[in-house]
Amino acid sequence: MELTGPTGAPGHTGQPAYALTRLDKLLAWARRNSLWPLPYATACCGIELMATAASRFDIARFGAEAMRFTPRQCDLLVVAGRVTIKMMPVLQRIYTQMTEPKWVISMGACCSSGGEFDTYAVVQGIDQFMPVDVYVPGCPPCPETLLEGFMTIQRIINEGRARPSHQRGRGLRIRVEPRSPSQSSATEGGQEG
Amino acid sequence: MSEPPADIATEKVVAGHPAVRALVESFDQQFDFAPGLLKAGENQVCVRVPPDRLLEVMTFLRHDARCRFEQLSDLAGVDYLQFPGATDRFAVVYGLVSLTHNHRLWVKCFVNDPDPKVPSVVAVWKGADWPEREVYDLFGIVFEGHPDLRRILTWEGFGAHPLRKDYPLRGLGERESYPVIGRDHA
Repeated sequence: MELTGPTGAPGHTGQPAYALTRLDKLLAWARRNSLWPLPYATACCGIELMATAASRFDIARFGAEAMRFTPRQCDLLVVAGRVTIKMMPVLQRIYTQMTEPKWVISMGACCSSGGEFDTYAVVQGIDQFMPVDVYVPGCPPCPETLLEGFMTIQRIINEGRARPSHQRGRGLRIRVEPRSPSQSSATEGGQEG
Repeated sequence: MSEPPADIATEKVVAGHPAVRALVESFDQQFDFAPGLLKAGENQVCVRVPPDRLLEVMTFLRHDARCRFEQLSDLAGVDYLQFPGATDRFAVVYGLVSLTHNHRLWVKCFVNDPDPKVPSVVAVWKGADWPEREVYDLFGIVFEGHPDLRRILTWEGFGAHPLRKDYPLRGLGERESYPVIGRDHA
């Protein structure tokens, strides 16, 4: 952001009166510092999510303290805990109801891979059935790890210049396709951010 | 299922149980309800009832003045596949409590493949509604006469009964078969 402008305008204190920037850059700046998380907490990861939101770790420092419990008001879905296949209709519906642009954090081992619950009812990673932007490792992840996840979302928003989430190739340029049979490992791909 | 060999003390406990005495007087000539103690519990008296007489016996236990089992404290299914010494495949186990007399009784009802069926006891204890649905869901035992026998824990499209011993832990593809939504999905 480049500060410039006349200094002699009426009522002016000597500082530049306006700033010039690109609109998408400004939007990304606004969006990454005003995340509205939707806590989808189904297990012990939710406790760490609460700890992250509380005063000691305080996600308000990252502009993400306004948690709402309706998807209509949120743009960051934090899935924290086990997800059974019976819950997938609910989770997918919540995702589709969220406002664009939107991002998803898959928090913890269970949500990202099924964790130790390798049974008939538990989804072995929600990314099998819906988009995920950031995986936060841990069982459960400590608040610092989740904060790193939030900051990664901020970097994604910044890198992607806050494109609408239905465009492919947004965000960081590393794409992981765990379910594709032809690509079993992380591959470089995607378009220029 | 055969209960462990009963010693004299066990026989005394079992025979002294007021509900067992009432059952002997009323039903003993009609079938063998094999009274005994549960292996796991002290003084936990257990009787077995054939499925075709279950509703009659349960109604008796609920209303007879010597029994008065007002409360159905538990209703569970058991799969005895490959269980040592087992002769029947499934059991439905009822835990009864009498608040009037402060005594308890376990009732076991054994059923077998290919068509495990037990009469529903919802008419006797209304609280049997959801436990029977759960046993139906997880074991595939049908409760005849149940007012609303639907799955209760797994979802409606689930085709199997996952607590059967021959059902694989990781399922038969149920957890993989769900529609995928992408970023384009709105």
